[in-house]
Parts: sequence; structure tokens; C-alpha cells
Amino acid sequence: MSAQQSLAHKHLTQEQTKDIDENIEWAKINADVLRSMENPRRGYWVAMFISVALFSVMIYAEVHQYMFGMGDAALNTSHMWDLYISTFVFWIGMSHSGTLLSAILHLVHADWRKPIYRFAEAMTTFSLLTAGIFPVIHLGRVWNFYWVMPYMSDRGLWPNFRSPLIWDAFAITAYLTSSVLFLYIGMIPDLAICRDNAKGWRKKLYTWLSLGWRGDDAQWRNFRFTYLMIACLLIPLAVSVHSIVSMDFSMSIMPGWHVTTFPPYFVAGALYSGCAAIITLFILLRYFFKFEHFMTFPILDKVCKLTFVIAMVWTYLNLVEFASVWYGHDIPSKEVLIAKATGPYSPFFWGMMVFGSVLPFALLSQWVRRNMYVLFFVSVFLNVGMWLERWMIVTPTLSMGYHPQAFNIMWPGWVEWAMVGGSFGWFGMLFLVFVKVFPSVSMYEVKEMVYHRKRTVYEDVDEMMELHSGVPGPAPNGVPAPQSTGGA
Amino acid sequence: MPSLLGNIFKGWTDYSKGVEEGGHHEYEHMYAMVIDLDLCTGCNACSTACYAENNLAVVGEDKFGARQAMHWMRIERYFDEPDLDKTEATTDADTQSRGASFLPMMCQHCNAAPCEPVCPVGATYHTVDGLNAQVYNRCIGSRYCANNCPFRVRYFNFYDNAESWPAPMDQQLNPDLSVRSKGVMEKCSMCLQRTRAARDTAKREGRELKDGDIQTACQQTCPTSAILFGDLLDEDSAISKVWKNHQVKLGTYKQDKENPELRGYRIFEELNVDTKVLYLERVREV
Repeated sequence: MSAQQSLAHKHLTQEQTKDIDENIEWAKINADVLRSMENPRRGYWVAMFISVALFSVMIYAEVHQYMFGMGDAALNTSHMWDLYISTFVFWIGMSHSGTLLSAILHLVHADWRKPIYRFAEAMTTFSLLTAGIFPVIHLGRVWNFYWVMPYMSDRGLWPNFRSPLIWDAFAITAYLTSSVLFLYIGMIPDLAICRDNAKGWRKKLYTWLSLGWRGDDAQWRNFRFTYLMIACLLIPLAVSVHSIVSMDFSMSIMPGWHVTTFPPYFVAGALYSGCAAIITLFILLRYFFKFEHFMTFPILDKVCKLTFVIAMVWTYLNLVEFASVWYGHDIPSKEVLIAKATGPYSPFFWGMMVFGSVLPFALLSQWVRRNMYVLFFVSVFLNVGMWLERWMIVTPTLSMGYHPQAFNIMWPGWVEWAMVGGSFGWFGMLFLVFVKVFPSVSMYEVKEMVYHRKRTVYEDVDEMMELHSGVPGPAPNGVPAPQSTGGA
Repeated sequence: MPSLLGNIFKGWTDYSKGVEEGGHHEYEHMYAMVIDLDLCTGCNACSTACYAENNLAVVGEDKFGARQAMHWMRIERYFDEPDLDKTEATTDADTQSRGASFLPMMCQHCNAAPCEPVCPVGATYHTVDGLNAQVYNRCIGSRYCANNCPFRVRYFNFYDNAESWPAPMDQQLNPDLSVRSKGVMEKCSMCLQRTRAARDTAKREGRELKDGDIQTACQQTCPTSAILFGDLLDEDSAISKVWKNHQVKLGTYKQDKENPELRGYRIFEELNVDTKVLYLERVREV
């Protein structure tokens, strides 16, 4: 253990080693979260302005592309796909964080997810909305995008179900629908709390959205069941959606794309970039909304460790891909791999390797995990690495391909860069609106967590014994049951 | 509703056959091509003829340099092996090492075309003429077909190229086929409009199509007659004879030739895309 680590260790107070302060008042939880939804400060407006500005540039670029064609995106006969598709894959990857944190950890009863899953789910929904833009704007004839849907056409013309792009359309639509449902349904008890505290247009909105939530037993039972069902549905969807995205590549015959390990590789990469993005947003929310009581260091620690594990899985699958290309000895694929590592793309390739596989080792250090500033940059660079990974999948294959006559290098044009930048603006815009309109920390689940942390499991058992036998057990510390939290 | 579902199941045998045999095979004709590279001088007349016949957009020098050209037929130029420079042959002006080799490259009309299954809207498909066709009206420009084409012979309208024909140039457009708008993928159709016209003429005259009725624009223009076009299903056509003489068979990724002197080969045969353009190797005298 280094000197810095031991120093950090020594300075840990009891609050810093516990997932959440067990003695936190429930009224304070409500008040803190509700406060975060009011009175946007200057920093909020600055962030909003930047997001809207970026998005406006994107709108301008899209109008330009719509009017004059795709030439200024600097695509060419060899590189028909570039940033649009790699950024699409990047955003789809981001969307896996919410599912991981909410659904998977919900099923395995990891209760430390409770204070932080709401914004991760919002991230899922918004990054899907962002990702969904790209397959549309990358079309040459955007105005006909709905032709990929099997709508009832007089001419009996249906999409081509053999095409992975059609599978994409179905997978993303299904994933987006269930993610929105998951986010919304999980929020209903909190919306009821908001309803009870809101005035004006917010009152109307939350009344409408909370669907008459009173917090009675029947409602809680139905709610739990529905939530669990959607969580179960969402996990296979999340795995399949990124597998299908990877099939956009692996179903083709191109060297460097035609790889059977792509589906697990993409899913691992998706969870990885999602986790890194969770860390980034975690730090931002904690800092700007003063969520220190909910977004604590021990929870961040767990997220960091999870990120490290997934990073190692991703690294392993990455190496498996290289190894299978190498030992498969398919000459064109090997050429693409060598060109990635030594050719003109090598800075990006090695950037991906360093940010994606080496940088996560920093997460092993407790000093990094406890240092907000360092961790923020680490998480941003992890995502830069993952973005580079997507670009390194799409572009070098098209630069090389099979036909030597078509070998060439490309650099994306201003339209493409504007769209990529604008996608961050669009995501930022949605997220900034979300944190002011909806509670970004799940109030009822934090209360649940506090309740369960305060009462040991034995007390629960005693209470149950008491219920069944009629013999009084030890007093449950005067903490009321979580069922009564709704609308409180 | 029944008709919509019916459409799926109606094509079912075709789909399954496509899986088993690699492509659509119920052809009325199977148009194919032979290009004799010994005869090719790399003069680019075929490419020019293609521009004129098929209303190809002339994109100009800048966009050509940006690899956004629309040439359905391009002459690829390859310089000879560099190690030849080390021999004394380099001093002789007549040897190949001083010059270049040419390869006219256009859509190879693969029987098992990689572009076809990946199109999300089915805009590219196989006709009963054995040609790989592109339905411009249906194309939404996802460009997956171009990415999956090992030959890089599918071209995308990056711009609205209507300004390529300022007046009075627009008067010389071929009225037999459309001018493609921006956002649409296009490629060599082996002059499908000529095939259709020849078929109509034959029908009007009450006879069968015969070999030589159809000439593609590149074939017609080639000064050395390096290009031959015809129906492979017709046993007596000139093109079937060349394919037979050079012992090149369809439906395989490895040709088993008796005589190594035979010059016929197909490009990227090992990819099993079953191309229908046969190249006759250039004989080098070094």
C-alpha cells in the first residue's frame, strides 16, 4: 500500500465507509431531492446553453445535408459509413448502463444501486434517443426512413428481413420502449411525492404522471411485480440489442468485421462505457446537486470496481478477437489488424488500447477512487477510449477491405463532426431537463435502503416470526415499514 | 393482410434455396461477361461509353479526388511488380515493367451477391435475367450494400448531380433510363435498358432472343473487342463457349482446371460470391 493510499485510508471517517447514513431523516431525503429539482443556478444555464448551442450546430448540419446531399460529410466510395455509425454504436453502448445498474443489480438484490440507478436509467433512455438519431440521419434519403418498418403498404412492400439493419430497427425500438417503461414505472412512487409537494404546472404534470398513486398495499404489490417483470424482460433485451448492433458488422463479409466474437465483445464494451459514463454523471450530480448523502464514496467504490471488472472482460474479448484473426490466418483480416496497429490509424488504435485496457488499472487505487477530480477525468478518458474503439471497428475495415485498388484513408468532414458534437448537446439537453423535472435520486428506494440497513436481517425475521406466531419479537427500532412511504 | 403474409411465404423456396445453393438460380437468362485483358489497352473508351449510355453524373475534379466519382465502369491501373526493377529488364522500354496493367472493373453481378441480403429495404435484388439490379426508387441510402461489396463497385449519389448537365448537355441524356437523385445507390446494370429493348424487339418480331441481339455500351465501344456479353444459359452463345473453353464453372470457389495454360479467372473467387464476369489473364512477357 502506497503512502497516499494509507493516508487516504487513515482519513476515512465512519460516514465514508458506509454506503449510506442510516440515521438520515426521511424528510431530509425528500427535501434534498425536491430541492435539486428547483431553482436552476447559473451553472445549469451555462450547461444548458452549451448543449443547445451544440444541438443547433447539429440541426444546421442536418439541414445542410438534407439540402445538398451527403458529400460534405466527406464519405466516399470506400468509406460509406464512418462517424455516424461509430457514434451510433457508442450511444447504444452508453445505454447499457441503466439496464446493468437497475435491472441486473435489482435482480441480484444489490441494494447499493438504489441511490444512483435513477439517473443511470435516464441515461439509458436518453442515449437510446440519441443513438436512434444516427441510423436515420446517416440515410441518403432521410425522408424515407420509415421504409424500414413493416407498415401495411398497398404494394405489399416489406423491408428485407434478412438485413441486420432491420433487426437493428426492431431491437432498438423494443429496447427504447421497455427502457422508457422501466424508467417511468420505477418513478411512480416518487412522482407521487413530487405531486404532493408541487404547485402550478408541475402539480398537473405529476398528478397526471403518478396515475393516482396513494401508496396502499395493493398498489405496492402490483408495482413490485410490474417492476420485476420489466427488469426481467429488459436484461435479455439489453444483451440482444447490442449483439444485434454488432451483427451490422459481423454479418458482413468484410475483413475485420466478419468476427464471431463480436456480439459478446460489443455487449462487454457497452457495459464498460455505460459504467464509465455512470461515474462521470455520478460525480457531476454529487457535485452540483450536493447529493453527498446519497451518492457516497463507498457506492462510487463499488461502481469503480464493477467498471474495472468489465474493463478486464472487454480487454480479454478484444485480445481474443485479435488472436482469432491472427491464428485464423485470413490474409485480408490480418492486413486490417496490422494496419490498425501500425498504419495511419495507429494513434487511435493505441489510444483505444491505453484508455480502454491500461487506464482502468487506475481504478484499483483507492486514492483515485476517492479523488473526485482525478476520477472524473479517468472516467471521461475511459469513454474516449470506448469511442475510439467504435471508430476503430468501423473505419479501418473500410479503408482496407478486400480490393487493393480501393485502399485509402479518410478523415471525417465538418458535417459529421457537427453531428457527433450535436449528439452530445442533444443528450445533455435531455438530461438537464430531466434532472429539473424528475427526481434524479429514487426517494422511496433510498428510504427502503435506509430501513433495511438500520434493521438487521434478524429483526426482520423476528418480526416475521411475530406475525406468524403471535409472539412479540424485539422492537423494530421504531422505524415504520417502507410501504407507507408513498405520497409521504 | 393475407396478401402481405402471402408475399413472405411465396418467396420461401427462393429464400431457402438462396441459403443452400448460394443465390437465386431460377433464371430465364443468365447474362454474363468476358473481358480479355490481353486485348485491353486501358483506353477508357468503355468507361466513357458507360457515362454516356447510363446518364452517369460527371462530378468534376474535386469530387473525383475525394473519391466521390460515379464511374460504373472504371479502369484500374496496376504497375508491375517492383522487384522487376532489379532485373535488367527495366532497361528495355518494351517490357511490361515499364508499363501498367489494366483491369476494367464494374459490378460483377454475383450470383450470391453480398449486397443483396444486407439492404434493409430490399432495393437491390436479382432479376430473372441473372443480373443484380438496383431499384433506385426503393433505395433509402443506408449504403450497407456498398460496404459489403468486396469489389467497391457500388456508387452513391453524394450530391444532387443534376447540375452535371447544364443546358444544352441535358439534351444528350439517354431517355431510356432515369437520372438518379441524391442519396441513392447506383451501379453497373449491364445496360439493362438495352436488354429490355432487345427483348421487346424480339417479341415484336415474333422470335426468340438470339446471341448478339444485346450489346452493352462498353462492349459496343471497346476498340479491341475485349468485352463479350451474352447469355450463359444459351449453350451456343459465344460467351458460353468462352466460359466452357476456359473451363470456368459457376457455383464454386475453386476452379479445377486441366490445363494451367487456360487464362480464365474470376476475381475474389475464394469469397464464394460467384461472380459472373470472367477475366482472361493478361499474358506477360518479361
